Amino acid sequence: MKKDLLSISDLSLDEIHLILDTAEAMREIGQRPIKKVPTLRGKTVVNLFYEPSTRTRTSFEIAEKRLSADTLNIAVATSSVQKGETLADTAMNIEAMQPDMIVLRHASSGAAHLLSRICKSRIINAGDGMHEHPTQALLDAFTIREHKRTLENLKVTIVGDLLHSRVLRSNVLLLRALGADVWVSGPATLVPTGIERLGVHVSTRIEDAVEDADVIMMLRIQQERMQGAFFPSLREYFNTFGMTVARVARAKPDVIIMHPGPMNRGVEIASDVADGPYSVVLEQVANGVAVRMAVLYLLAGGQGED
Amino acid sequence: MPVVMDGDRMSRTLTRIAHEILERQNAGGLDELALVGIRTRGVPIARRLAASIADISGHEVSTGALDITLYRDDLMRHAIGAQPLVRKTEIPFSIDDKRILLVDDVLYTGRTIRAALDALIEFGRPKTIQLVVLVDRGHRELPIKADYVGKNLPTSPSQSVQVHLAEIDGRDEVEIREP
Repeated sequence: MKKDLLSISDLSLDEIHLILDTAEAMREIGQRPIKKVPTLRGKTVVNLFYEPSTRTRTSFEIAEKRLSADTLNIAVATSSVQKGETLADTAMNIEAMQPDMIVLRHASSGAAHLLSRICKSRIINAGDGMHEHPTQALLDAFTIREHKRTLENLKVTIVGDLLHSRVLRSNVLLLRALGADVWVSGPATLVPTGIERLGVHVSTRIEDAVEDADVIMMLRIQQERMQGAFFPSLREYFNTFGMTVARVARAKPDVIIMHPGPMNRGVEIASDVADGPYSVVLEQVANGVAVRMAVLYLLAGGQGED
Repeated sequence: MPVVMDGDRMSRTLTRIAHEILERQNAGGLDELALVGIRTRGVPIARRLAASIADISGHEVSTGALDITLYRDDLMRHAIGAQPLVRKTEIPFSIDDKRILLVDDVLYTGRTIRAALDALIEFGRPKTIQLVVLVDRGHRELPIKADYVGKNLPTSPSQSVQVHLAEIDGRDEVEIREP
């Protein structure tokens, strides 16, 4: 493993499998009466979150605590960032207190790479702008693997706001590496230019994209990142691209429906799909802790070309 | 590489340990008994002991598998090298008030057993924990002693003792390797 986890492209295929297999073992810890192992005793992990987050931050924090690391959370709303400090200065000041790892969530693409260049601590990218969110992709792959045994030759359809989605980018890289056949669908205004070059099929007709799919992954409409009008209205979006029971019916009978959260019910996904029998949304959340424990454990070792 | 125990000898050794275990149980004690093997090679040994106990007494004893990687005292101590592989711990029964027999292939420094005791305690409060090993090669670094020993094997610290088991290695054998 490299020093940091910034992008799925930092990982070799062997390392991806190692993380998923390790997560399998980590999951069992969460089922014990005492959900804690002493592995990262004495290690300090800083969770530096520049964007609001419930799932990812909680998930990292629980993962860190289950491994006995000392954790602290810096929520930007209450920090010196409000006084105008730059990311690099904040990072160097945190680094001066010698943490072992920094988990960074930031609204700018490449923020984690910046930290990686200036910090000796190990950096885990917990989402950088519209770029990547590697641990989300890893927990998605873990969840799919659990249901389908392997990802090879599965038809995985990703629907929604492709343009603004870091989850999409990390997932495409990971799913392709694991041999899945990836389809993406969304309004033409929200399809990133050149996405075919990542080896995915693009269809602006959701019915074609979900036909015989083994896995459907919904992406949130990220209104907070949208500058301009990408579609006429949320209702029209739902009518054209929302995941409804009728659309799910076109997929394989054993399809699983995923969503990285937070869900906009009635926008990208109908409530009866989100709560339906094929939804694995809450399993994804549960698996997130195990996958993040695996990443923390594997990165904490001495390995790595710095 | 001298072989110090062949397959035949190993099977007789394990049968003998199974007899010893039964011999030392009080009436009704068998119900409280459970075997927990330490990954990797303690696990098949625990299963074989359970099979042997079932053959002799007709009593099925539960078995589990314990991975001690996350409890090792040498984790994070080396600047170079990948993290050791973590495997699943599978103890499909409550260890509360059980008499646990912890099973491993080789007893050496005792550090693995220290880690295993820490790991096991997090699953509950057994009535007792005893230690079963196929080979005791000496050189303890901690105050730990086995209750059931297949073979005491005097070694020098520079030698290594390899236990091969059919389930994992395709053959049953214990050998001493010189450096």
